[in-house]
Amino acid sequence: MLTLEANQVTVTYPSGLTALRDASLRLSGGTICALVGVNGSGKSTLFKSLMGFLTPTHGSVSINGRPVREAQKQSWVAYVPQAEEVDWTFPVSVHDVVMMGRYGGMNFLRIPRASDRAAVEQSLRRVGLWDLRDRQIGELSGGQKKRVFVARALAQSSRIILLDEPFTGVDVKTEEAIIALLRELRAEGCLILVSTHNLGSVPEFCDQVVLINRTILCYGPTDEVFTPENLTEAFGGALRAFEFDRSTVEAHDDRQVTVLTDDERPLVLGKRGHLEYRERQGREALVSEREERERAARAAKNGAQED
Amino acid sequence: MNALLDPFRFGFMLEAFAMGALLGAVAAVLSCFLVLRGWSLMGDAVSHAVLPGIVLASMSGLPLAVGAFVSGLFCAVASGWIKAHTRLKEDTAMGVAFTGLFALGLVLMSKHVSDLHLDHVLFGNILGIPRPQLIEATVLSVLVLAAVLMLRRDLLLVAFDPAQARALGRPVAALNYTLLTLLSLSIVTSMQLVGLLLVIAMLITPGATAFLLARRFDEMLLKAVLSAVGSALVGIYVSFFLNGSPAACIVLVQALVFVGALLFAPGKGLLRRA
Repeated sequence: MLTLEANQVTVTYPSGLTALRDASLRLSGGTICALVGVNGSGKSTLFKSLMGFLTPTHGSVSINGRPVREAQKQSWVAYVPQAEEVDWTFPVSVHDVVMMGRYGGMNFLRIPRASDRAAVEQSLRRVGLWDLRDRQIGELSGGQKKRVFVARALAQSSRIILLDEPFTGVDVKTEEAIIALLRELRAEGCLILVSTHNLGSVPEFCDQVVLINRTILCYGPTDEVFTPENLTEAFGGALRAFEFDRSTVEAHDDRQVTVLTDDERPLVLGKRGHLEYRERQGREALVSEREERERAARAAKNGAQED
Repeated sequence: MNALLDPFRFGFMLEAFAMGALLGAVAAVLSCFLVLRGWSLMGDAVSHAVLPGIVLASMSGLPLAVGAFVSGLFCAVASGWIKAHTRLKEDTAMGVAFTGLFALGLVLMSKHVSDLHLDHVLFGNILGIPRPQLIEATVLSVLVLAAVLMLRRDLLLVAFDPAQARALGRPVAALNYTLLTLLSLSIVTSMQLVGLLLVIAMLITPGATAFLLARRFDEMLLKAVLSAVGSALVGIYVSFFLNGSPAACIVLVQALVFVGALLFAPGKGLLRRA
C-alpha cells in the first residue's frame, strides 16, 4: 500500500523560526495532489521533512508505514528540484543526470548494469529527450531542462514523486506535456505531490489539494478544498480577486468572458464559488449537482431545527 | 642537441619528473571536485592551516605529515562549524580560520629552534628528495588517487545535487568529510615537495582548465590530469635550464595552459566565438 504520512510535524529552525506547526497529512496512491500556499507558508519545509532532508522537531513522517530513512534506502521517493537549484554549467550530460536516478540500486562503484541503461533509455524516451541524451545539460531549453529531472525521477522507478514548483518558467506546451505524463503515472497508481503557487492549473490536473499556511489548513478532493473561503484563509491578503458580477463585464457582454494570461493560469470560479473548468466534458451536471447538494443540506438543517 | 637531454642524465631529475607528474595528477583529480563545488579556496585554506600542525609535530617528534593532516582538517571542520552556527558566509569563516591558524604556526615557529625552515615549507624542494619521503609520498598519492577515483560518482552526485544524494540515502556529510580528508592528505604529501604556496595552484588550475575544455565529467578528469602531468614534465624540464624553482615553473606552465584553454577552447574559447 502506497502511503505518505505526516503526523503532527513541527519544524523549528535554529534561528527560532517555526516554519511548520502540527502539520498532519495522509495521502495514498493513485493521486495527483497539489500543495498550495504562499511563499514562506512552509511548502518547502514540508517537502524537506517528507524527503527526510530535515528532521522534524516534533512529530514524524512515515512512508508506506515505514520511517523516512528506510524509504531513502529503498528509493521509494523521487524528488524533482526547482530549476533554480540546479547548476546548469556542470559538465554532465542529459544521460548522466538521468543515470543518477539509478545510483540507489547500484553497487559501490556505481557501474551501470544493462537494466540501468534500459531504464534510463525508457525514461528519456518517455519525456521525449532520448535524441538529446548526449547534450550537456546547459545546452537545453527551459522546458527540456525541467523534463530531464522528471526523467530522472522516472528512472528511479519510485512510486512516490515530489515535484517542487514544476511549472515556473516553463512554456505552456511543456507544462501540458508534463501534466499528461503525471496523469499517466497517476493511472499507474503513483502518488504525486506537486508544490505550486499557480492556482489556475490546479483544478486542471490535481484531484486533491493540500492548503498550507504554516500548518496544514485543510486537504481533500479539489472540489471540496478549493473554495473561495479556504483560499482566502490560505492566502490572506496575498490573493487578488476579480469578481465578474461586480465588474462591468456582465452588463456589457452578457457574461461572455475570455480570460487570457501569459504564464500563470487564472483560477476561475463560478457565480456562487464553484470551480470553473476549462473542459466541461464530464462535468456538465456540476451546477445542478451542487444545487441538489445545497437543497439537501438546507432540508437537513430545517429538519434539525424542527426537532 | 645533447644539452637538451641533459636533464634526463641525473637521477634526482628523473625522480623529480616522476614525483611532479604523480603529485600533479592527484591534485588535478581533486581540483575537478573543488572547482565544481565552488571550494577552490578550500585548498588555499587547508594548505595554510597545516603550518601549526607541522611545527607542533616537529616539536614533539611526530611525523610532519600527521601534524599537518590534523591541523588542515581542523581548519576545514572549524570553518564549516562557524558557517553553520553564525550568519557568516563560508568564505568569511574559512578566511578567519585559516589565517588565524597560519599566524599561530608562524608564532610557534619563531619560538621553536629546529631544522624546519619556513622557506622549505612555503616552497618545498622537489630536487633531491630523501628516499623515505619519496616512498611515503608515492604510497599516499596512489592511495588518495585510488580513493577519489573509486568514489567519484558519489562525490560528483553530492557536488551536483546534494538533495538527490540524500533522497537516495547517500551519507552526504560523510562524503564531504572524505573529500576534505583526501584533500588534506594530498596537500600534506605535496607540500614538502612543491611547497604550500604552489600546492594551491595545483589544486585549482588543472580543474579550471579542464572545466573550459570538457563537456562530461570523466572527460574533465582526464583533461585535468593530462594538463597537470604535462605541465609538471615541461615545468621541471624548463626549470633545469632556467635554474629556477621547479614548483614555480610547473605552476607557470599550468597557468599558460589555462590561458590557452581560455582563448582557444573549441566552441567556447574567447577567440573561437563567432
